Amino acid sequence: MSTTMTAPATIAMAPRRRRRRSRSEKSLTALQYLLLVFFAVIVLTPLYLLLVTSFKSPAAFSQSTAWFVPNSFSVDGWAKAWDRLAPALGRSLLMASIASVVSSFLGSLNGYVFAKWKFPGSHLVFVLFLFGMFIPYQAIMIPLQAMMLQVQAHAPWFQGIPVLILCHIVYGIPICTLIFRNYYATAVPNEIVEAARVDGAGAFATYSRVVLPVSLPGFVVTLIWQFTSAWNDFLFALFLTTPNNGPVTYALQALAGGQNPDYPSIMAGVLVASLPTLVVYIALGKYFVSGLMSGSVK
Amino acid sequence: MKGIRRWGPSLLFVAPSIILVGVFVYGFIGRTVVESFSHVVTRSGRTRAPGGFGNYAQLIGDSRYQHALWNLLVLTVVFVAGTMIFGLLWALLLERGVNGEGVFRSIFLFPMAVSFVAAGVVWRWLLSPAQGENAVGLNKLLQYMGLSQLQSSWWSAGRFNMAAMAIPAVWQLSGYIMALFLSGFRGISTDQREAARVDGATELQLYRYVLFPQLSPIALSALIIVGHMSMKMFDLIYSIAGPNSYTAEVPATLMWAQMFQLNDATAAAVNATLLLIIVAVLVVPYLIYTNRSEKG
Amino acid sequence: MHIQRRSLFVAAAVMAAAAGCGSNGSDSSSTATGASTAAGGAGGDVGVYTWWADGSEKEGLDALVTLFKEQFPNNTFVNLAVAGGSGSNAKAKLASDLANGNPPDTFQAHAGGELTDYIDNEQVEPVDDIISALGGSSVYPKTLLDLITVGGHVYSVPCDIHRANMVWTNTSLLSKAGVSSDPTSVSAWLADLEKVKGSGVATPLSIGGTWTQTQLFESILAANLGQSAYTALFTKSGSWTGSDVTRSIDDLKQALTFANTASDGDDWVNATDMVGSGQAAYNLMGDWALAEFTSKGLTWGKEYSSFPLVGMDQTFGFLADSFTLPKGAKNPGGAKDWLNLVGGAEGQRVFNLKKGSIPPRTDVPASAFPEYQQKTMDSFKTDKIVPSIAHGAAVSLAWSSEINTAMSAFYQSKDTAKLQSALAAAHDKYAA
Repeated sequence: MSTTMTAPATIAMAPRRRRRRSRSEKSLTALQYLLLVFFAVIVLTPLYLLLVTSFKSPAAFSQSTAWFVPNSFSVDGWAKAWDRLAPALGRSLLMASIASVVSSFLGSLNGYVFAKWKFPGSHLVFVLFLFGMFIPYQAIMIPLQAMMLQVQAHAPWFQGIPVLILCHIVYGIPICTLIFRNYYATAVPNEIVEAARVDGAGAFATYSRVVLPVSLPGFVVTLIWQFTSAWNDFLFALFLTTPNNGPVTYALQALAGGQNPDYPSIMAGVLVASLPTLVVYIALGKYFVSGLMSGSVK
Repeated sequence: MKGIRRWGPSLLFVAPSIILVGVFVYGFIGRTVVESFSHVVTRSGRTRAPGGFGNYAQLIGDSRYQHALWNLLVLTVVFVAGTMIFGLLWALLLERGVNGEGVFRSIFLFPMAVSFVAAGVVWRWLLSPAQGENAVGLNKLLQYMGLSQLQSSWWSAGRFNMAAMAIPAVWQLSGYIMALFLSGFRGISTDQREAARVDGATELQLYRYVLFPQLSPIALSALIIVGHMSMKMFDLIYSIAGPNSYTAEVPATLMWAQMFQLNDATAAAVNATLLLIIVAVLVVPYLIYTNRSEKG
Repeated sequence: MHIQRRSLFVAAAVMAAAAGCGSNGSDSSSTATGASTAAGGAGGDVGVYTWWADGSEKEGLDALVTLFKEQFPNNTFVNLAVAGGSGSNAKAKLASDLANGNPPDTFQAHAGGELTDYIDNEQVEPVDDIISALGGSSVYPKTLLDLITVGGHVYSVPCDIHRANMVWTNTSLLSKAGVSSDPTSVSAWLADLEKVKGSGVATPLSIGGTWTQTQLFESILAANLGQSAYTALFTKSGSWTGSDVTRSIDDLKQALTFANTASDGDDWVNATDMVGSGQAAYNLMGDWALAEFTSKGLTWGKEYSSFPLVGMDQTFGFLADSFTLPKGAKNPGGAKDWLNLVGGAEGQRVFNLKKGSIPPRTDVPASAFPEYQQKTMDSFKTDKIVPSIAHGAAVSLAWSSEINTAMSAFYQSKDTAKLQSALAAAHDKYAA
């Protein structure tokens, strides 16, 4: 949690050294590539299996030839997975979008206060927030579930996605607060805030005029981080929703846990359910990485 | 008065979050702790929970809980060691700059974007225990590679079975640790390296005396992050071993079984409270430490 | 443990249902006499909670709903089906609705031990009057009624029966091994397993996850102990420390030596498919396995066959779905209409035809059902009925969970004494 941390700090590319390399250095480099390729192959192995299995026809799939590429391509598995997961994909999209936007906004407000406009005891509050990031959610799940069921007794519409949106907002506050606090600490010079203050601007005016306009990089980080963690959550979904009104992780679990081991559609389902986060990650990879950095609480 | 005018509005900013975190984190923790001390007698007259610390003694004395704790220990040791080793190794391989660094980095990181549930579906199949002619997954792959003797029952059997459960977790998180270390290496100015080289340091000495010491804060936070993730690990185990697996049971999954199989919310609350304490023992000193060093 | 049982002989069922249409009118009027409610139903909404949301289970429910509308036009059926009824949120919601006095008008539960917690918490009403109005022991086997009676009362109306103690066989592997007749005891079966192994089959027996092993064990136990001794295990005075239990554990241990390596969470389907594909010769599974073989295009009596695992008695291991009358239901009259429907002959006929199970009532004409179900219906009338541990008929959920834990530990340790003491401890903890 060093205040000097610059978020979002993307990993700088290593400076290219144009020194002439010795023979031993060359063989070292060869070994380096060999190792990198070796590990890359290992890491990609599950992905390979997913892809080849998903394009096999359910009838032709056999456990004994699972590692081989399909004899004939079939998109039946994808079609079935899409049929089964599409409604839940929509729900997940709605949930992760709203939850990430709201918790990012709250995080931005908090981060601003904790970095630039402290109040007595704000440091303690900040640390208490941070601890909220680390708690095992099992420790709050029983009362949370009970409370949600109580609310549902009076407000029947409050189930499924709205419940999860609330949870992901609340439990996303700590990490978003941390990211914004660290970001504002470096990205917004104290002098500017002080100057605004001297001009008579209140806390809100300072926030909206001075801080918010420069917050975009912080928002990119928290939005990506929150979106992926809400999307990938399963624990809250399991305790608070059903496969019928829950997110795609729960629907995928139901698809894979069914008694019919239709591996092509299950594996296609894994890809379908992971596609949005993978797209986010590929398209915004640089920021994703910096999101990871910021989440590191270093 | 002046003070309140000064910081009052800022307090207003954080008030919603303070209320939400106060209720949903600390309020609920409080309710869980209260529940964990309750005295429960079923209508048929069986004392399910003796009440007070007796509830804790009961759970800690339960061989099923001890088994779960042991599993958690094995899982955590292998998970933490695995991610640290691979993370550091990959960062070392990449930090001096190679062609296609971006590609390798993306490959190592991509499992991180996949949910534990989705990854679990694949790994469940990969870590299938069947061997010989019924083998599938990794065991089958090992056969193809002529390494039949390496076939394993993975997480399904053995005293250290949870070491196998750590494999998918290491697969998912090593890239993250790599990214942390990589950003650490890149944060060290090139001047320092050049200076060390000018002083005649070998590459080994450069890493040993100049670079690694500066990475220790990152290593510490990586350790904390992976360690606490391991203790909370639920999704992956649920997805790989199913909802009621005793073999792969850890406190986090046992809590689910206590709630919905054993219908014993009190035991679940005791378990959850103990889990919170275990995590707090790891995290609180770290929070205090970083907090202090920040003030100083 | 909730198992999805897929439709059996769907085509046959549809034909049979169509054939049954002619007699529909007279049947429905005869079952209406079982009802003690107003003609046309009590009126109002009737909320029915089930976990029948997919496949043949949903088809069965739909058939019931159609009949419900016909017989009780005053009532409005409200479907409270939850996919994955064993899911934690659905379970927690039902538990909290019951605890808060806001229950559904009726909910589905396994008949027998699994109701213990609801009865214990006084959340369900006795349904003795409905059962006796439906015909009582003249239409339900008395042993079945005894098994689901707690403290002198019956708390739910059973609507279907599945048989749990069936061993499915690969006929060509057995004939190759020279096994020509069905074993009539566990030890005879173990000898057959040995024979099959000797004939070169690497995996004579296929098993799945923990609950399938519990089901295997309960079937061995019931076969070795016989009806009365086995059933006594679940009473307060019963004892799990006897030598016959020890012998049964040793039999299980021996059976497992013939089996494939399994993980806790493995599906039953994979294990059943191993018999269909000839990788294994035997698999013990409930009669919902029939649908899996059928879906692979296999024919009973040709590529595969089955026999019940019996011994001391001709045991029939059963599990049953049933419906309850929750305390504080908003529309108890409507709930009773539903119970009368699912407990009546016509309701059970249309439902079980679709679902692939058999009616608990013995007066439902067997001729409407496919061959396998007819055979099971015959056995149900004559065999000694015993409750399944793995499927909620014998013990409470918590007790069966504890047994499963012990089974999983046993699968690793193969320690007979340890399993027996764990089973005895679970009995002492939960038996009432």
